[in-house]
Amino acid sequence: MMATPLLSVNALTMRFGGLTAVDALSFEAQEGQITAVIGPNGAGKTTVFNCITGFYRATSGEISLQHAGGAFQLATMQGHNITRQAKVARTFQNIRLFAGMTVLENLLVAQHNFVMPDVAHGLLAVFGLGGYRGLEKTALDRAVHWLKQVKLLERADEPAGSLPYGAQRRLEIARAMCTGPALLCLDEPAAGLNPRESDELSDLLISIRAGGCAILLIEHDMGVVMRISDHVVVLDHGKKISDGTAEHIRNDPHVIAAYLGEGDEGLDEVAA
Amino acid sequence: MKAAFRDAGLSALVALGIFGAMVGLRIDTGHNILIARPWAVAILVAATFVFRFALVLWKARIPKALTRPAKLTPARRNTARYVGIALLVVAATLPLFGGRYAIDTGIVVLTYVMLGWGLNIVVGLAGLLDLGYVAFYAVGAYSYALLAQTFGLGFWTCLPLAGLLAAFWGILLGFPVLRLRGDYLAIVTLAFGEIIRVVLLNWTTLTGGPNGISGIPRPTLFGLTFTAGGGEGSFADFFNIEPSVTQRLVYLYYVIFGLALLTNWVSTRLRRLPLGRAWEALREDEIACRALGINVTVTKLTAFAIGAAFGGFAGAFFATRQAFISPESFTFIESAIVLAIVVLGGLGSQLGVALAAIVMIGGGELFRDFNEYRMLIFGVALVVVMVTRPRGLVSGRTPSVSLGKTQIISGDMVSQGHG
Repeated sequence: MMATPLLSVNALTMRFGGLTAVDALSFEAQEGQITAVIGPNGAGKTTVFNCITGFYRATSGEISLQHAGGAFQLATMQGHNITRQAKVARTFQNIRLFAGMTVLENLLVAQHNFVMPDVAHGLLAVFGLGGYRGLEKTALDRAVHWLKQVKLLERADEPAGSLPYGAQRRLEIARAMCTGPALLCLDEPAAGLNPRESDELSDLLISIRAGGCAILLIEHDMGVVMRISDHVVVLDHGKKISDGTAEHIRNDPHVIAAYLGEGDEGLDEVAA
Repeated sequence: MKAAFRDAGLSALVALGIFGAMVGLRIDTGHNILIARPWAVAILVAATFVFRFALVLWKARIPKALTRPAKLTPARRNTARYVGIALLVVAATLPLFGGRYAIDTGIVVLTYVMLGWGLNIVVGLAGLLDLGYVAFYAVGAYSYALLAQTFGLGFWTCLPLAGLLAAFWGILLGFPVLRLRGDYLAIVTLAFGEIIRVVLLNWTTLTGGPNGISGIPRPTLFGLTFTAGGGEGSFADFFNIEPSVTQRLVYLYYVIFGLALLTNWVSTRLRRLPLGRAWEALREDEIACRALGINVTVTKLTAFAIGAAFGGFAGAFFATRQAFISPESFTFIESAIVLAIVVLGGLGSQLGVALAAIVMIGGGELFRDFNEYRMLIFGVALVVVMVTRPRGLVSGRTPSVSLGKTQIISGDMVSQGHG
């Protein structure tokens, strides 16, 4: 268990003017595990995500990622290279699909760097050169594979914006997986899902983990977190207040106090 | 009913205010007297009243007619295809049955179709609002003119160079506007268009300033020139009408027809390739693109560059057709017309852009006899089209790839981009 961690966040601090959203946060995520980041609203969870995925530039601290593809310092990488080279994919709290494009197109856009390694290849493809056909076929196969995984194959040719909410959540996960990530960051994937859909989501995440992709998960739905997480990190006011297995977190008085203090609805489930 | 009456009355009052002075009074310059024309005003006011009254009643009767999204059935898709094929056949055979005037108009229309398709890449696919497209048109035109005059290069040698130079300027414009969106992007691109024009106007030693460049060589067909009556002094008398002028006209027509088809082929093909798909994704959601590892900078720059290249081709053609260019031909109104063609046609739709160009440029020719009312009719027509079809003439989006049956995506689902 004590192998080199896949992701290690070290003394990460993020300030917005006078506000310290994340304060000297350190935690690790292991390969092949589901790591959940929980905490009351405003605890800084999404900020941590945005730092890891390059949408924010951290004020200080290190975020390093290590897997078979190499070692990367995410805090200093360009946004798109974090997905492209370091193999970190993410979804968004408020779904960001390409609404006017079909489900299938959404999954093909995700494989952009695979089918078009550089601009020259992109332009050569106009004349049918550069081996584009073969790449496109592989990309389509991968898209179909993930459509099956998220049970959206029948709706492949419909615009993504016309899908029901739960299906859009699943599609966004499938789209992130099409980038071929080593670490998948999910920002509240169960938000707005009914209990049955939440269960399906849990199964999907477990199967993704079985496929070898580690997951970093922000979630308010404690049912999902407690059921599938190998490791839970609890944040409050930008600081880590607890870190351990689901069982450990459930009995940690700091966690209970944080949720009690905030009066969060997650209290019952955490304390249970 | 009563509301309609009141509304119409108010409109009539406004009409009275506007037309009272503008139409009601006329200065007879011959005799230096002021002539009152109460009847003309009365007719206009009455017409306004009736029109507004009918409009309000009609809107009240079918409340959802204006907002209901268009249904996209396979039948409509086939219609679009047949219209496209019919247009292509007419365009290909126009010189066979059309007179000189028709061919000349055809050349102008096709130039705008090509410009529209070029701008469609930037605005329609990538969703980047560009108000300075004429800059690339100008770069193309001046590139050809200067290369031809300075180095004696022919049209076909300069055409790719003009495209390349325009693409280069497209990238140059792209860099500063990468972080801008919406209104800000529009303003900077507009300014860019003006900068190019002002530079052309003032760099007298290179461009000839307001005098422009004249005597730009005509295109040749494998070395054959289209000057009638002997080879000598081929551009000394280019304003003369010569017996073989029609031949040259037909040739020019097919050159621009070919260039337009090339533009269409490249952009429809790109749409189905990763690059085009990335442009459309960029239009839909830039942040999501970044999260998927797409290099947004490169993607935007390619859109600017490729769009600009086609503008450059069209510019080179413009220069060779006119044989004379000056900064006057590259004013903001040209950008506005091309953008209007793209918006009117329906962002991202090839057929829509072609139709819009025919309506806007060809239609303008039809109404030439109306003189000063031409722009009025033009403006009214634009307003009517945009009110009844807010997403343009052809608004649906055809997916670039499908597993089963391709369904057209309704226009109101597709994002228009945020600049």
